[in-house]
Amino acid sequence: MMSAPVPAVDAADVARRFGASWVLRGVTLSVAPGEVVGLLGANGTGKSTLLRILATLLRPHAGSLRVCGHDVVRAPADVRPRIGYLAHVPGLYDDLTARENLHFAAAMLDRPSGECETALERVGLAAVANDRVRGFSSGMQRRLAIARLMLVRPRLLLLDEPYSNLDGPGADLMNSLITDWTSAGAAALVVLHELAPAANVLDRTVTLVDGRLATISPDVHRHTGLTLRAGS
Amino acid sequence: MTSGTIVATAAPPRTSRWSIFGWFAFASLVASQAVAIVTSPPDRDMGDLQKIMYVHVPAAWMTMLAPLTVLVFAMKYLWSRREEDDLLAAAAAEVAATFAGLTLLLGMIWARPTWGVWWTWDARLTSTLVLFLILAGYLALRALVDDRERRAQWSAAVGILGAINVPIVYMSVRWWRTIHQIQSSPSTVDPAYVLGLRLNAFAFLFVMIYLIRRRYEAALMLRAAEHAAEDAALRGGRGSRAS
Amino acid sequence: MALRDEWRRARAIAWKDLTAERRSKAAFNSVIALAVTILVMFGFALGPDAQAIRDAAPGAIWLAALFAGVLAFNRSYQMELDGGALEQLLLYPGSRRMIFAGKLLANFALVASMLAIVVALGIVLFQVRIPAEWPALVAILFFGCVGLVTLGTFYAALASRSRAREVLLPLLLFPMLVPVLIAAVDATKALLGGNLLGDAGAWARLLAAFDIIFLVASFLAFELVIEV
Repeated sequence: MMSAPVPAVDAADVARRFGASWVLRGVTLSVAPGEVVGLLGANGTGKSTLLRILATLLRPHAGSLRVCGHDVVRAPADVRPRIGYLAHVPGLYDDLTARENLHFAAAMLDRPSGECETALERVGLAAVANDRVRGFSSGMQRRLAIARLMLVRPRLLLLDEPYSNLDGPGADLMNSLITDWTSAGAAALVVLHELAPAANVLDRTVTLVDGRLATISPDVHRHTGLTLRAGS
Repeated sequence: MTSGTIVATAAPPRTSRWSIFGWFAFASLVASQAVAIVTSPPDRDMGDLQKIMYVHVPAAWMTMLAPLTVLVFAMKYLWSRREEDDLLAAAAAEVAATFAGLTLLLGMIWARPTWGVWWTWDARLTSTLVLFLILAGYLALRALVDDRERRAQWSAAVGILGAINVPIVYMSVRWWRTIHQIQSSPSTVDPAYVLGLRLNAFAFLFVMIYLIRRRYEAALMLRAAEHAAEDAALRGGRGSRAS
Repeated sequence: MALRDEWRRARAIAWKDLTAERRSKAAFNSVIALAVTILVMFGFALGPDAQAIRDAAPGAIWLAALFAGVLAFNRSYQMELDGGALEQLLLYPGSRRMIFAGKLLANFALVASMLAIVVALGIVLFQVRIPAEWPALVAILFFGCVGLVTLGTFYAALASRSRAREVLLPLLLFPMLVPVLIAAVDATKALLGGNLLGDAGAWARLLAAFDIIFLVASFLAFELVIEV
């Protein structure tokens, strides 16, 4: 008898408040391993908040939430090694070089420093590896953040608007990495502003409306002329 | 250890038991003051001014005791994660700051006629001043942090470290003063004064407990109101969006 | 082994802080400049009578170190907040207390250098005679610096993320440092005045006890202030 695989995300009625107003009012979501789910919604609807709760950076005020089988509130230290979080801000040290930023991450993650070189090559920053991040464009900073993500080997990817600041080749790089990660069994939750860059990698999308999730029907995609990777 | 905070929802009943205790506390204060003033002889140097000690010294003792309350409840909060414990620690800190201020004021009122100056850097007064500043820092932190969970956790850390420092501050200030031999507060060990001081110490203790309890009740009521509003916002329609 | 991993992470953070600092020199330069300025202002405020400023030298030196130190401690967290690096830091495996350990080491290097410069300048400006027991003086400076940096690194973790951080850090930190200030200034005075009655020894023991107590307490409590 085959047992169901542990879902990458198993959220029930997650709620979070800022001051007196509720941003998330009861989010229920399930993401299977290997699935890529797009998260849509207007500005300020709490998409980033949901991601940060999943990344153990914020605590939910209600509901239950498990990532790869571990409770996010009771066992955050078990969740963290399995998470790869690409935030909206780069989270880099301006006065260090690209290489030094990665070496620092490798030291913190207990990875051999050889992996830094591989990552730098893959994201196309090998030529500027010894330049300080302060001089980088936002696209280059985004690529460096992606390189750091490659060191993590996550089971769940949390990507907050990963395509912003990326040009065409950059978006292709992001997509090829998502494909690599998911074929290794990782799941991904991707906050998006627009579907186009991610269309080829998404399995399905969900939308945050008024603090809760709604699934967009496949018809909507047909109208917009986009086809998702796996037919919904 | 770092699970979510358990919310305080119900407002406390205004029990008549605490009201009775309050009456008892203040009555014992009046009685102790009366006994002390009547039974103690005038000091040979200060005359009747000495009697201010019956308010100043117990207030100072309470100021030292209250941080212990903050310590206990801060640690209890970290263990239980119940908001009530955080609110109780904060109430204790506020009352402690009040008693510290009272101690300082009374110390100054005593110092002026005795030494001709408003302030003497004596050990008790100076330690109380430092303690007052530590408490002020704790309360400033609470005022400047809006997120409830963050505020409770940070207060617990700051409260515990501050409470640990109280005996160290007292010791170092006393050493400092003995080395430099500055005029000090009147002795508290003269047997003629002991009865008055002991009675007033207990009376002050009862009053302090009562004040902490009432302050705590007020905080609980406020918290219950906030929680009710949040509950309504969650069940009702849209709240204002936060980005 | 887990302990070795933790220590490696702390070292990595210390290295990162110091390297970033060495490159930009923003903190180092401004901290030294502030400390020197304060020291000179003390000279104007308390001088020019030679005996008066010689007596005031230990106090002026330590106060300059305290005020300039506040600048250093807030900056140490500023570099994490600017680009959003703190969140990434919180996501790495292992104990968050190593963040405290790493920053403590980096801040100590910075503040100790500053203190050395301030003491040297103070000796010159305030016409202080270097005592024969200068190793004892170095010990006092060391213990005092440890106390300052321990509590400074701890409180800055929360002050730097609150409103009114410039005010909140001194408000929280300075009253807690009263024992350090008293002990360090009195011990320095005793040593500079050639006082061999053992005062300095007693103060040194108090400082060492203070350091140990608050190193442990801050280390244990750090998780509480950084995680939320």
